[in-house]
Amino acid sequence: MYSALKQKRGDMSMIRKKFLNDLIFYLITAGFVLFCLFPFIWQILTALKPPEQLFKMPPDWFPSRLYLNNFIDVMQTQSFFAYIRNSFIVASLSTIVCLLFGSLAAYALSRLRIKGKSIFLLMVLAVAIFPQVSIVSPLFLFFRDLNWLNTYQSLIVPYVTFNLPLTIWILTSFFNEIPKELDEAAKIDGCSSLQVMRKVIFPLALPGMFTASILIFIASWNEFLFSLIFTYDENTRTVPVGIALFPGLHSVPWDTIAAASVIVTLPLIIIVLLFQKRVISGLTSGSVKG
Amino acid sequence: LKPHIVQSSEPKIILKKKKVFRIQHVKEQALGYLLLLPALLVITFVALIPIAQTFWISLHKLNIKFATDKSFIGLQNYAELFQDHRFWSSLSNTLIFTFVTVFFELIIGIGFALVMNRTFRGRGLVRAAILVPWSIPTVVSALMWRFMYNDQLGIVNDILYRLGFIDSYMTWLGKPFTAMVAVIVADIWKTAPFMALLLLAGLQTIHSSLYEAAKIDGANSWQIFWRVTLPLLKPTILVAVLFRTLDAFRVFDLVYVLTGGGPANSTEMISMYAYKTLTGHLDFGYGSTISMVIFVVVITICVIFIKLLGTNVQRS
Repeated sequence: MYSALKQKRGDMSMIRKKFLNDLIFYLITAGFVLFCLFPFIWQILTALKPPEQLFKMPPDWFPSRLYLNNFIDVMQTQSFFAYIRNSFIVASLSTIVCLLFGSLAAYALSRLRIKGKSIFLLMVLAVAIFPQVSIVSPLFLFFRDLNWLNTYQSLIVPYVTFNLPLTIWILTSFFNEIPKELDEAAKIDGCSSLQVMRKVIFPLALPGMFTASILIFIASWNEFLFSLIFTYDENTRTVPVGIALFPGLHSVPWDTIAAASVIVTLPLIIIVLLFQKRVISGLTSGSVKG
Repeated sequence: LKPHIVQSSEPKIILKKKKVFRIQHVKEQALGYLLLLPALLVITFVALIPIAQTFWISLHKLNIKFATDKSFIGLQNYAELFQDHRFWSSLSNTLIFTFVTVFFELIIGIGFALVMNRTFRGRGLVRAAILVPWSIPTVVSALMWRFMYNDQLGIVNDILYRLGFIDSYMTWLGKPFTAMVAVIVADIWKTAPFMALLLLAGLQTIHSSLYEAAKIDGANSWQIFWRVTLPLLKPTILVAVLFRTLDAFRVFDLVYVLTGGGPANSTEMISMYAYKTLTGHLDFGYGSTISMVIFVVVITICVIFIKLLGTNVQRS
């Protein structure tokens, strides 16, 4: 009787302890999630605030009425659409070219016996650590001489280069996971190496290519330095530079900036959330395997 | 065919096979180089040759405002750089920024990775939330923080004032020290969650039997963390810290939008200084010199980390 009571009491304290642990755990987690999301939520709230509320001191936390004019204002700005179009073209083309070059190289690295692989890998690694600002001056002079300044290719070329290391890395590890027996079977059936690559490896590695393309696209969409230096008007300037130069000479149009940044960021967040497992696996594959 | 003919031709076939094999090997090599060629060309012409050119330009007096004026001056730019007060202050700003941000990102990252390293309801949602700061363009996040830090309209002042941490609204971006803190906090917000994600992936490769074994041996959680988790996580930590350090050292967008390097150059990072010299003064000779120094520092950081990683791998 006594021991049963004691055990019950022990169970109770165990349960209480577990409950307390869970509570602390969920509090920490909730705090961290809030920390991650708050600035963006604040930006959305700011974008939805009517002008009379925006300049209140202390700031109102929530919009008093539904006010969408900031979004409409941004949408009606010609240059904003131009920036989005430019970013879309530059990021898409960079992704396609980078994926093409990257998958060819990754196939060679994964499947073919070639001398000098390690030298190639060293070069790729060197690019991965390259400070972009260190090559801006010769590239600027080079593009100027080619008459390439303020063109899409002046951005695509460096974007392809700087995304190649990650692309090659991700794709090589994906190709390595495809069993070599498949290659041999295809070769016995009379396929050449090129055919094996096209008909066996590439289709099977589609998930890897997809992962890589999301990461390349986002990186190209967000790039700032090259776009700031190599482009100078609406015809080629990309979204990040466009938004960064929004603040006017005299006052900063916070409401329009907020609306613009929500419009630009929301699609990215949706893509990332939809494919979060791919994004995470792509990003962590490099660092965890070392 | 008569049997003895078949016998005599057999060695020949083997010889032929060897030859065929060698030809195949040569073909394979050729194909391999062909496939590597596009990537190789891009890397060579857009990264490796330009860095050599940057060095070459840095040995010249070259201001592209005056197109014809390009004269070789040897290491004079470097000599000037070592006397340049603004260079040293931007370098030390960058080093302080790098050290402090990476330190806090690592602490927060490890802490949260440990908390997250278990199955619980809503884990997918938490992981999604963690990806949000990472997926927001740096420029946009810098603008967001700039508005939050605003001295009159900003939410940072409002929250801190309501909580009683400050007596009156502060001009966060208006004073050297608080501006630097503001830049650092914004960077930690953007990258600490990502660090947690990387470290979590590393934690998940540690087998749970190791923890159980340690528990049976009577280790408490603190000991398990220091003796089991941390040593096994060390390679992941080193790689993550290396990439974060390089990123932090190259910081540009964040500072460009948040403070512009001000007030009074107190948050000017070295890449900002290079950028301003290149585009503001159009002084390509001197700007390239600063760029070269950035490159050398980055290489140095890498060599140090690779040495650390190398000894770590050897030991395990």
